[in-house]
Amino acid sequence: MLKFEQDRSKFPEEKDGKLEIDLDSQKFIKIWQGPNHPGITGNMALELTVSGDEVVESKTHVGYLHRGFEKLMERRKFIQCFPICIRMCVPEPDINEYCLAASVEDLAGIEVPDMAKWLRTLVLEMARLVILLRGVPGQGGTMSLGMGVQWGVYVRDLMIDRFEELTGGRVYHMYIAPGGVRGLLPEGFKGRMEEVLKKIDEFVVDIDNLMFSNAVFKKRTKGIGVIKPEWIEQYSVVGPNARAAGINRDVRKDYPYLMYDKLDFESYVGKDSDIYTRSRVRWHDLQTSVDMIRQIMAKMPNKGDIRAKTPNVLHWKIPKGETYQRLESSRGEYGFYMVTDGSAYPRRINLRGPSYNSAVLLLEKMLVNANISDVSSMMVSLATCPPEIER
Amino acid sequence: MENIIKSLEEKFNISEVIKKSDNLNILTVDKKLAMSLIIYLKEIEKFSHLVMLSAVDWLEDGKFQLSYILNNPEKKIDLIIRVFISREKPEMESIHKIWVHAATDQRELKEMYGIEFPESPRLNDDFLLEGWDNIPPMRRDFDTLKYSEETFFPRPGRQTYETKEYMKEKMYPDEKNSKNKKGLKDA
Repeated sequence: MLKFEQDRSKFPEEKDGKLEIDLDSQKFIKIWQGPNHPGITGNMALELTVSGDEVVESKTHVGYLHRGFEKLMERRKFIQCFPICIRMCVPEPDINEYCLAASVEDLAGIEVPDMAKWLRTLVLEMARLVILLRGVPGQGGTMSLGMGVQWGVYVRDLMIDRFEELTGGRVYHMYIAPGGVRGLLPEGFKGRMEEVLKKIDEFVVDIDNLMFSNAVFKKRTKGIGVIKPEWIEQYSVVGPNARAAGINRDVRKDYPYLMYDKLDFESYVGKDSDIYTRSRVRWHDLQTSVDMIRQIMAKMPNKGDIRAKTPNVLHWKIPKGETYQRLESSRGEYGFYMVTDGSAYPRRINLRGPSYNSAVLLLEKMLVNANISDVSSMMVSLATCPPEIER
Repeated sequence: MENIIKSLEEKFNISEVIKKSDNLNILTVDKKLAMSLIIYLKEIEKFSHLVMLSAVDWLEDGKFQLSYILNNPEKKIDLIIRVFISREKPEMESIHKIWVHAATDQRELKEMYGIEFPESPRLNDDFLLEGWDNIPPMRRDFDTLKYSEETFFPRPGRQTYETKEYMKEKMYPDEKNSKNKKGLKDA
């Protein structure tokens, strides 16, 4: 095979740690990928400087979705924060409900009944499935394997039907409330859920055949978009992205919350840290969630107290204090830092999602020297969710 | 965890320790010693994961609170390091050399609270806001309602109407003059 020495004369030189890019030299072109682009997840933009088809520099631009939720919540009573906070991560709203409820309960000293904890665990795993059923085949979608996404959307819709049955809502559920949850399982729910889980089992095999046994997919994902081990600490990489690099970080195992310590599961840990491995980790997560839902259904009691007594929520003053509550979202560690001052309003609520670290500086670093056709698959492989960067 | 807190209390001038749970403690430290405490925790006590860097505005005390949430992934424990800085001239040393991604946090805090972190990369680049010319919006003295009233109202197309009257006027413009002729009843 012939090997060509790459001509580097067109690439910019570095001076004092900064690249010297002279756009007038006609060696470089600036391309905006986003904010409205099929290769972008959500509303954000990548300002790419390319030389030929190689990315020389990348800058992430966010702010297209900034709605000032954290500021709004400072002027709302605790119960009024729930409809706001769920919009901070649209595809997976339940994690926000849980984090906010857990923070309020921790600061107010409320003990949640066991039955409510089981139901919360169930809802969080269902929410994980809803996002993964679209997210896992979505990786194939970035390289024109669109049919996996269509299959995923179908199965996801069946899971959304179960959400509707349980909570009354399809996208935003408002099921988790301070002190517990809003309702018990409807009659016959477990049977209908099992039918959906069987469909997901079939879907998992289909996706394995479609994506992970596909030569094109392998060629375009193996060895591409590698997160180096030393970046894990510097950029605080968490969840599936860290697990793909061989570092087992899973909040469900490390800091068991709700009923996760009563469930038997192992998180899949990869080695190569490329797009393929990250995708594979999420595919395994999908199966772990299905297995967990089956365990929850078998282990949870049929009846029980679902909500602890709370004061009148409209006049609820929470003592001065601060807390940090975390959970494992489909993208990794997700947490709320809440500070209260003894009034009926929170003094500060700050959300930290995994995209905040991965989609800004880490993505900018990863994209240097990448081929322009790999940009969207690299971004999707980090499972970026722009609303949680902007809040 | 208790051993770590004890050794920290001996080495650094820690003014307050709040024990939240077995694996979460809150420490308050002087601004001058904060950096050395953070480096000590990272290098010696292996708190290698910076969960977040946040700020709280205590307007009534004239102070900003910076909260560094650090996590030790091996021992599975968390520490919240609180540092109070003056509200009049808010400035803090940058930690981007310890954790690269802290530069994003600091860029956001500069924009939202006006806190300076000298030497932090791209600190003055717009992060979420574009062409913002008011006081930093996350400060407690920034009035969102007043701002939106000044900025967004009144503007053509943003008037509010009494729905019933407005629709009546739109649908039956002649009704006022020839109400009985058309035989329409009041809605």
